[in-house]
Amino acid sequence: MAKFYTKEHEWVEVAGAQATVGISEHAAHELGDITYVELPKIGKSVKQFEALAAIESVKAASDIYAPLSGKVAEVNQALEEAPELVNQWAESEGWICKLEGCDSAELSALMDDDAYTEYLKGL
Amino acid sequence: MGYSPNTPDDIRDMLAAIGAASVEELFAPIPAQLRAKSFDLPPGMSELELMRLMREKAASCGAGITPFIGGGIYDHFIPAAVDHLASRAEFYTAYTPYQPECAQGTLQALYEYQTTICRLTGLEASNASLYDGGTAVAEAALMSLRITDRHKVILDGSVNPLHREIVTGYLHGLSAQAVQVASDGCASDLARLIASIDDETAAVIVQSPNFFGSVQDFRELAQKAHDHEALLIVSCYPIAMGLVASPGEMGADIAVGEGQSLGNHLSFGGPYFGFIATRKRFIRNLPGRIVGETVDHQGRRGFVLTLQAREQHIKRHKATSNICSNQSLCALRGLIFCASLGRKGFEELARLNYDKAQYARSVLGAVRGVEVLNAGATFNEFTLSLPKDAAEVVQRLLDKGVAAGVPLGQYYPGMERALVVTVTEKRTRDEIDRLAALLEEALWS
Repeated sequence: MAKFYTKEHEWVEVAGAQATVGISEHAAHELGDITYVELPKIGKSVKQFEALAAIESVKAASDIYAPLSGKVAEVNQALEEAPELVNQWAESEGWICKLEGCDSAELSALMDDDAYTEYLKGL
Repeated sequence: MGYSPNTPDDIRDMLAAIGAASVEELFAPIPAQLRAKSFDLPPGMSELELMRLMREKAASCGAGITPFIGGGIYDHFIPAAVDHLASRAEFYTAYTPYQPECAQGTLQALYEYQTTICRLTGLEASNASLYDGGTAVAEAALMSLRITDRHKVILDGSVNPLHREIVTGYLHGLSAQAVQVASDGCASDLARLIASIDDETAAVIVQSPNFFGSVQDFRELAQKAHDHEALLIVSCYPIAMGLVASPGEMGADIAVGEGQSLGNHLSFGGPYFGFIATRKRFIRNLPGRIVGETVDHQGRRGFVLTLQAREQHIKRHKATSNICSNQSLCALRGLIFCASLGRKGFEELARLNYDKAQYARSVLGAVRGVEVLNAGATFNEFTLSLPKDAAEVVQRLLDKGVAAGVPLGQYYPGMERALVVTVTEKRTRDEIDRLAALLEEALWS
């Protein structure tokens, strides 16, 4: 399955109407040691690019924006005890939450892998 | 260092530097009608004259009156060690300890303060203090809204009325609501409180000992609140914790209170400090600063401000709270007070307050026409029903040098004849007997 990225460095992977969301390896590296992930509440509805969750590193706190509209179906409980998973496996085990009821048409507003790599070069 | 900040020479030099001919000319842009005509100050005086004036002023505003007043602020004994240690320059002049490399003493003191508050309240995490008891209750209410993502707090009517007003003030303008539940006589109406809890409730706020002096057990209330995934906030009187069950033992999620009783002088309403403690799982929602213990790169024990990412200098408008000043020095006095007494001393202090108040309760309750309104247990305060207006009786006793208590009419319409009397360890048997005699006299002669 292909991953898509936002300009704010979230990634999303869509399977049917469900999407898995996280932050990119680039973002995890830039934030430094992540100390806490404020997970969204299950059942919360978000619109594309609205604040979804928050992440805290040693000296900063940042919002995580929803790459797609949808409703929070599942959160990565493992991050409560081990937020460092985001540093280690940002784009796999360090996922943040799963959204349901997503519309894949919204993907056109995101970047694919190649476009994101190009985007990073320009930063 | 001179005590007069600007000498005539200083003023002349400063005016010359900015090119103004006189002070008058400096202030010329301010319209004349907006400027002070006179400050009405007497001429300067010598230290000796000043001391004499201050003694006269003190005598004219209540010094020497025997207080039986509480209502949230209490007349307790303060060991000399508190004034002595807290006034050391290292503590007295220290400001915000953001740089741990030069603030280890202050940070360690605050860390020990937090530990003490956790032990007193029976909870797991404390911050390094808030403004006062009232703002502590309000901050706890805000915490419950954030934690539960709900919009309703239930406020018990026997919570300190001033604190309740601060809570409603804090909630005003937020999309949150405070529901007041009237007390049942001098006690919380547990059945009504429980019936008020629904799935919209963020927290139930109660107090023990409450404003009438009654001590209550909130274990069942905690259970019922938790059944609805709401929190229980208990405001407590720290000295009472030496004798009664702590908020933590009763199942509270957040405990708050006024810290003045712990080593801070009665001082016209402040500065005092508020304490707040909670369960570890809610620590990221605690307002204000938290000091943590850690190790440096050589493995040596040290102290730092921790969890800063939830604070306003990093998280801006999304911060847990924008309360950015605490009352460090007052909190430090609280720590030194508790450390001076130790666990056993603290228990003895609580026992002394209880015993003396029990004596007063029986003596005053025996005065003709007087009735004790509290049905159950009290700590060092209790409410009397008088056959006359309580405020008038208090005024009569003030003329005899005794402040008899807090008349309740100003807070509870319909309770104009009720009086809350407080007895701390400082009151003697003679003073209590005299209060009873004066009360009898004021009521019947």
